[in-house]
Amino acid sequence: MSPSRDWSIEETAAHLRAGDVTAVSLAEEALARIAADDEQLGAWLHVDREHALTQAQAADDRLRAGDNITELTGVPLAIKDNFNVVGLPATAGSKILGDYVAPYESTATARLRRAGAVLVGKTNLDEFAMGSSGEYSGFRPTKNPWNLAYTPGGSSSGSAVAVAARHVPGALGTDTGGSIRLPASHCGVVGVKPSYGRVSRYGIFAFASSLDQVGPFARTVRDGALLLQHLAGHDERDATTVPLAVPNYLAACERGLDGLRIGMPREYFGPGIQPQVEEAVRRAIQVMKQNGAEVLDVSLPHTPYCVAAYYLIAPAECSSNLARYDGVRYGVRAAGDDLGAMYTATRRHGFGPEVTRRILLGAFALSAGYYDAYYLKALKARTLIRNDFLKVFNEVDVIAAPVAPEPAIRLGERLDDPLAMYLSDILTIGVNLAGICGLSTPCALSSEGLPIGLQLLGPAFGEEKMFAAAAGYEAMAGNEWPWPEVAR
Amino acid sequence: MSWETIIGLEIHVQLATATKAFCGCANRYGDEPNTNVCPVCLGLPGALPVANRKAVELGLRLALALGCTIHERSIWARKNYFYPDLPKGYQISQFDRPLATGGVLPVRLKDGTLKNVGITRLHLEEDAGKSFHGEGDDGASYIDLNRCGVPLAEIVSEPDLRSPEEAWAYMKALRRLVVQLGVCDGNLEEGNLRCDANLSVRKIGETGFRTRREIKNLNSFKFLRQALEYERDHQIAVYEGGGTIEQATLLFDSARGETFVMRSKEEAHDYRYFPEPDLPPLLVVDACVAHTRGALPELPWQMHARFVEQYGLSDYDAGVLTDNAALAAYFEQVAALGDAKQAANWVTGDLAALLKERALEIEQCPIAPASLAEMIKLIEQGTISGKIAKDVLTAMANGEGSPALIVAQKGLRQISDEGALAVLIDETLAESPEQLAQFRAGKDKLFGYFVGQVMKKTQGQANPQEVNRLLREKLNG
Ligand SMILES: [Zn+2]
Repeated sequence: MSPSRDWSIEETAAHLRAGDVTAVSLAEEALARIAADDEQLGAWLHVDREHALTQAQAADDRLRAGDNITELTGVPLAIKDNFNVVGLPATAGSKILGDYVAPYESTATARLRRAGAVLVGKTNLDEFAMGSSGEYSGFRPTKNPWNLAYTPGGSSSGSAVAVAARHVPGALGTDTGGSIRLPASHCGVVGVKPSYGRVSRYGIFAFASSLDQVGPFARTVRDGALLLQHLAGHDERDATTVPLAVPNYLAACERGLDGLRIGMPREYFGPGIQPQVEEAVRRAIQVMKQNGAEVLDVSLPHTPYCVAAYYLIAPAECSSNLARYDGVRYGVRAAGDDLGAMYTATRRHGFGPEVTRRILLGAFALSAGYYDAYYLKALKARTLIRNDFLKVFNEVDVIAAPVAPEPAIRLGERLDDPLAMYLSDILTIGVNLAGICGLSTPCALSSEGLPIGLQLLGPAFGEEKMFAAAAGYEAMAGNEWPWPEVAR
Repeated sequence: MSWETIIGLEIHVQLATATKAFCGCANRYGDEPNTNVCPVCLGLPGALPVANRKAVELGLRLALALGCTIHERSIWARKNYFYPDLPKGYQISQFDRPLATGGVLPVRLKDGTLKNVGITRLHLEEDAGKSFHGEGDDGASYIDLNRCGVPLAEIVSEPDLRSPEEAWAYMKALRRLVVQLGVCDGNLEEGNLRCDANLSVRKIGETGFRTRREIKNLNSFKFLRQALEYERDHQIAVYEGGGTIEQATLLFDSARGETFVMRSKEEAHDYRYFPEPDLPPLLVVDACVAHTRGALPELPWQMHARFVEQYGLSDYDAGVLTDNAALAAYFEQVAALGDAKQAANWVTGDLAALLKERALEIEQCPIAPASLAEMIKLIEQGTISGKIAKDVLTAMANGEGSPALIVAQKGLRQISDEGALAVLIDETLAESPEQLAQFRAGKDKLFGYFVGQVMKKTQGQANPQEVNRLLREKLNG
């Protein structure tokens, strides 16, 4: 029997059912791995041993009794720290929350718990999910397990690393502009950003409400599909979830590549994309073609406006969503002579530089006299971007592209250049603006030995085609490379 | 007077739903502070709003009663500002795409005329919490979030009102309407209706508007009128002194009876409105509008017109009776069993006085409508006189039984028997030889004296018409 840390979720579930291991022993092993190397990785913010073992014990009881067992029963998972998990701290990576403990449960984690998953703890992230490198955490940066001198990508940095470092076989993240796909790509794991409205946002710390979406990390496409199966579906607490039936995503993974029409948007290739990244993605597309897929050139002509539109809409919403962190009811309160001074001091000390930058940008974009020129114009661009995708999905089933223009960057490399940092999202944010689904799955290692991801996009609520393409590619590519061993 | 006053009102109506606008918490006044709260209305990280269908229905009902155009698709918007009793840092409201626009509220003015006041718009939003500043021993500020998230309909009038009196009448009419519709409890003391008023003045004959100032939180009819009167006089005095009025937001100091500036134009908030991304557009389909329209009750001004038409009442009586739905209903029950005009007289006259004296509302009236109708019938039949009826009414209110029983037990039946009355008249004339002589000598006025004496002999029970007739026959015969 291979070591449990190498198991996928499906394999873990099989071993649990066979009685080879117990949920408690798996949780213990996960806790031990985290204890051994997280000081170097910085993937976790809160690990609650007792909390994890209590859930594991309950899962074992369920397994023993044969009571409502799912593929997730007893499986240890990591949760990004911008989800509310009752009884665990929830900071969204920000100092402004202080010692805030979640008083209620997010719908996504409630669904995982109901399925019997063991939530081991909360993972690190860029503060309030704003960042592309994991370095904007209010506590400490997360490092890339493939090379500790590199960033893991963000904002769901800790969740990607927890899966890549094999602490746990799966994790939850959120993706507002690429925050699942980018770290998945940089860490060599599968990261899924479902269609907007597919998974409930209830209980996740809002960054940009019209763009935020919950999604899973895993080490196989099938595991990603499996996790989404449990997460997806209408939630009466989130008015933006759609009351559509949830298809069988695992079945979709079995469809194969034959006859699948795959579009290559010309705007996502060429100048600005590192040649080795482009090459790796083209090779991956070639594999799909060789296995029955039809490859077409397509165009998303408004792609050049994505970054500008995104960095108006997302900060505008964030400026409003983060107004509640004012020191009045919860979190940290800084001293001030009067109400205004208290607000100012609390927010100035509580928020980090990137969050402050985005709040200011957003408040400006919404202010009287600028609204039409900035926010409204960005909404119009968003409509054009969405229409681009709608049109292309009339011609193809799936779009294939790189996830990021380059593999992971070095720690500190762009910390002082926010604009350059924003441009690393250029290939992921169109998906959020359009509300469609996308995923990243590993397709190569760079010359520096860092993972490169293949991005596959499906139409809104067309996750099945996306999973078919990704699972088909994964099966045919036969990508085999050793998992990173974190230096001890 | 050479000045004209221009007033427009924005009235926030708390909708009488069981639960709050965007969460499942109870919408109830007077509970222990911060007990009707949840992650959503506390603005906890991650909580999301879900629109309350019932609140939309009530807002729709109100908009239709005001004759507004209903917009099939309206947009929720965030109004951003920082205040401790606003936990999210924004209020969910509607901005450039409200639920309804363009309506009319007919308002009966003091002189009896009906004024159609234009309604600019009606939109839905949520209430904020309530702050208490320095009311305790510690001087600290406290916040109660029970009210936070309570659904409101904000009704913005056109600047059609021309005096504080008209503004007062408008607010009264609106309260009457919302209570009739059942969309609001209408208790101003509980903050069910809250008013912001915009006022400017101009020289009669001027066509444009001058700068207006907004007075916030006028939460009683009395303060509304007082504040507007003060502000009107203030603005006129400033202009007459050669000064100018600057745009500002004011508060009313009810103790001093004065308005004062809360925020100048420079300090005005930029609310940074934008579409609420957590809520899809509000869709109100035609079928729903038609259904709601069909289910509207008779509106106060329709009832007023009907009372004049159907019961032949004066505008004044119709106004008094329809000012209160319960009073109107009581009247109609009495009127259905007899003479409507008599019913109106008794309900607005002696019965109203009796209730007022006993500090009772019409809902607590100790006299059933049928009993009052029975009493009126006894008057019509000549069984009792109108004067005696007042005593019967009091006895009924004291729970002494039905009018017939009271009349029988107390022997209040009117004496109309010709023979009996003739005997009494003869007695009276015999006892008053002097007066009789004077009468015969031409002092006609003494006729009333004789009537009075006969009535006195019967403790008021003699039928006055009969006494008059018989006495006249006797003296003239
Ligand atoms: Zn609530």
